[in-house]
Amino acid sequence: MSKSKMVKISDISKDSDKLTSVAVEDLMPLPGDFEDKEWDEIPEETREQYACILDDVNILQIPLPKTTKEEEELVNKFINGMRKLFTKEDNWTFLTLLETTMEYCAKCNTCSDSCHLFEASGENEMYRPNYRTEIFRRIYKKYVKEEPLSKWRNGDVDLNWRTVARIGELAYRCNICRRCAQTCPIGADNALVAREIRKIFSQEMGIATPELHKSGSMLQLQYGSSTKMNKLIVRDNIDFIDEDFSEETGYEFKTPWDVEGADILLIHNAGEIMAWPENIAAFSIIFQAAGISWTLSSDLAAYDSINYGVFYDDVQFARTAILQAQAATRLGVKKIVLGECGHAHKALTVIADRVLPEPLKIPRESCFPILRDIVMSGKIKFDPERNNFPVTLHDPCNITRLMGIIKPQRDIVKKLCPQFREMNPHGPFNYCCGGGSGYAIMSRNNIPEWRFKITGRKKLSQILDAFSDCRGSEMKKYVCAPCSNCKGQIRDIFKRYDLFEKEQLAYGGLVELIVNAMVDVNPGYIKWGEEY
Amino acid sequence: MSQAVYLIAYLAIIVFISAVIKRIVHYIRSPLHVRWEIYPVAHDSKRASYGGGYLEEVDWWKKERNVSLIGELKVMIPEILFLKTVWENNRPLWYITYPFHLGLYLTIAFFALLIIGAIAQLSGVAAGPKVPLLMSTVMALTNLIGPVGFILAIIGAAGLIYKRLTNPGLRNYSTFSHFFNLILFIVTMGIAILTWLFIDPTFILARAFIVNLISFNISQINSSLFLLQVLLAVLTIAYIPLTHMSHFFMKYFLYHDIRWGDEPNINTPETDKKIGVVLNYPVSWSAPHIAGHGKETWAEVATFNPVAEPETGKEKVDE
Ligand code: SF4
Ligand code: SF4
Repeated sequence: MSKSKMVKISDISKDSDKLTSVAVEDLMPLPGDFEDKEWDEIPEETREQYACILDDVNILQIPLPKTTKEEEELVNKFINGMRKLFTKEDNWTFLTLLETTMEYCAKCNTCSDSCHLFEASGENEMYRPNYRTEIFRRIYKKYVKEEPLSKWRNGDVDLNWRTVARIGELAYRCNICRRCAQTCPIGADNALVAREIRKIFSQEMGIATPELHKSGSMLQLQYGSSTKMNKLIVRDNIDFIDEDFSEETGYEFKTPWDVEGADILLIHNAGEIMAWPENIAAFSIIFQAAGISWTLSSDLAAYDSINYGVFYDDVQFARTAILQAQAATRLGVKKIVLGECGHAHKALTVIADRVLPEPLKIPRESCFPILRDIVMSGKIKFDPERNNFPVTLHDPCNITRLMGIIKPQRDIVKKLCPQFREMNPHGPFNYCCGGGSGYAIMSRNNIPEWRFKITGRKKLSQILDAFSDCRGSEMKKYVCAPCSNCKGQIRDIFKRYDLFEKEQLAYGGLVELIVNAMVDVNPGYIKWGEEY
Repeated sequence: MSQAVYLIAYLAIIVFISAVIKRIVHYIRSPLHVRWEIYPVAHDSKRASYGGGYLEEVDWWKKERNVSLIGELKVMIPEILFLKTVWENNRPLWYITYPFHLGLYLTIAFFALLIIGAIAQLSGVAAGPKVPLLMSTVMALTNLIGPVGFILAIIGAAGLIYKRLTNPGLRNYSTFSHFFNLILFIVTMGIAILTWLFIDPTFILARAFIVNLISFNISQINSSLFLLQVLLAVLTIAYIPLTHMSHFFMKYFLYHDIRWGDEPNINTPETDKKIGVVLNYPVSWSAPHIAGHGKETWAEVATFNPVAEPETGKEKVDE
């Protein structure tokens, strides 16, 4: 291990400009000719305002303390928050899970190799899944649990403002994909620790990334969507999508709104409306063609499935989930179906399951099973020849590893895409796209550069490997990524490395592939390169 | 001195049992936690093979779940017996940690056989010149399994110390207690081997000690080496559940309740009741979007929207 990659636990509190830096030559090689440059500097004004002392990137904006008093305040607030984190009142949601990870980790590092960030960074110690956990654990045992002889038994760490600032930032060096937790022989969960640290900063210290909080969950609570679309704008936009795509596809359809007593309330990630309207249209076309009784809702937060609280804040999480369930109850629908958004799937279906009280217990399910049933039912006529190009399937972590929805989407692509090929590994063992836990929507300063170099590197490598028999610009290829955040990440990384042109790659959801193969729709629903 | 050792042995057993119970009770009594499962979920008999779950079905709440204990055992048994996850994800460590764990398993089996032998002796089954075949097998196995277990544990523990010292990745996370624990095993097992070699080659003394423990017969122990062995063994037994090594039984909960905890809140009034309890817990988080709005419980905080109310009001007027 080279010296620059080796970071000691005690380094976290050191009076130094940076804890570490990932050198370009240490990055995991990609299959092909890819060039990465040195890190862009974090802008001066950011460095003056915020604590940028971890590495070459700044994600969480922790105000840089200017006086000893401010330094002390930062430490005290953090430790106060940490104490609350270990009480059942303030953290009933995750206390048991957190405590078990604190107590039973054997520090065996079996989880290390499963982490795509650790691998992509050339095994930089900071990215080892257990690194942040171990620091957090030592602080917990010494200052919160106050175990006798803790320094001797559990190892020591110096708690100063640098430790706090670095551990906060370090909580944002993880995709919370939980691949590491999947490989832990004990059942400990380093991903959870990253999220719990984010919670201390958000719930106690009022420090969260602006993309997730101020322009994310708060906008959703205020306007109904982090896109800032209120109900009038969102209905206008969808009307426009209906018209536009009815014309383009030659298939007349109308998206229903606020239909009381419909069987299904479909909730999209509203980001799709702006960035991928073809996804919204495809759902409407398929549901209409299959004769499904369904509706969208124009209630607050019920036309945007996002729930960024999942990434950083339990209170924001609960607020959003409750609003969505309330909307469904008001309409009297039989169930909520979630559109192609991974974190929204997990938030409302799985996590909210033990948060929603009895009157709001409306059944919730993923869109993939119903799409599979529609495709297999014979209600819609398909011509798989229209999808006769190489297709691979990205598995969003939240839908696969964390919800166990593996087969429905495969049944569909296997039926409709003659040249389907899996990535390796896939299904519950997939790798995160690199946008997970909120990064896909972050484009501040050099964050995108970090998403390309580190978090998205493994996924890019997997995609290229899946198409190893048809590389280059000769053949059109499609990456099916049925999740808005994953699509955002994949789009950005393709753009960065010019892969739309160099590899004739297109990306999109699953419903686009379905509509592309529908006989009743004009051919060419999916577009490549300049066709966009 | 002998009396003191017996007393310590009883105390150690009490500490062991209380510490195990305390950890389990603490876990069971902890509040409801949210679902946080990871697939494959082993008990889904229909889908675990490819990592799927019941959420793959339309209207999943109307359908039977396939919860199979066999499915869990199919994962748990190789995991416990062979440390399968380490084999798959950390092979270099497995070659060292497996002998260590196998050594401990054999030592546990050795204790179990000793106890069986002791009970047989107390009940008269193993007394007299004609020992039944089953009992002589138990005794032969005790004689074999004990020393093999001690040796494997020593080799594994020494290997782990070496690995923790020389592998920079592991070194970073290895604390004094790791080395202390491993050395404790080496010393305890080492003394056990010496006792076996020089004092108690067929574990007659060991079995007699257990017979005495069970029957509260505090009799004299003449060998100081044997005394030392008993002392180290019981202290190690008492020490294990006080440390992270308690993962050997807590792993059940981490797997069964967390990793595979996919039970949905459908027809589970017990869960609804628990949700009612936790939603009434007070919230003391201080960030501005949570505190300062006069909302005290989770239910109040979670149903309060700090920013939207005026906006929705306006929208209603607009319409
Ligand atoms: S989290 Fe699990 S795999 Fe990782 S170091 Fe701890 S015990 Fe080992
Ligand atoms: S959750 Fe994913 S990104 Fe985070 S440490 Fe684990 S494997 Fe790495």
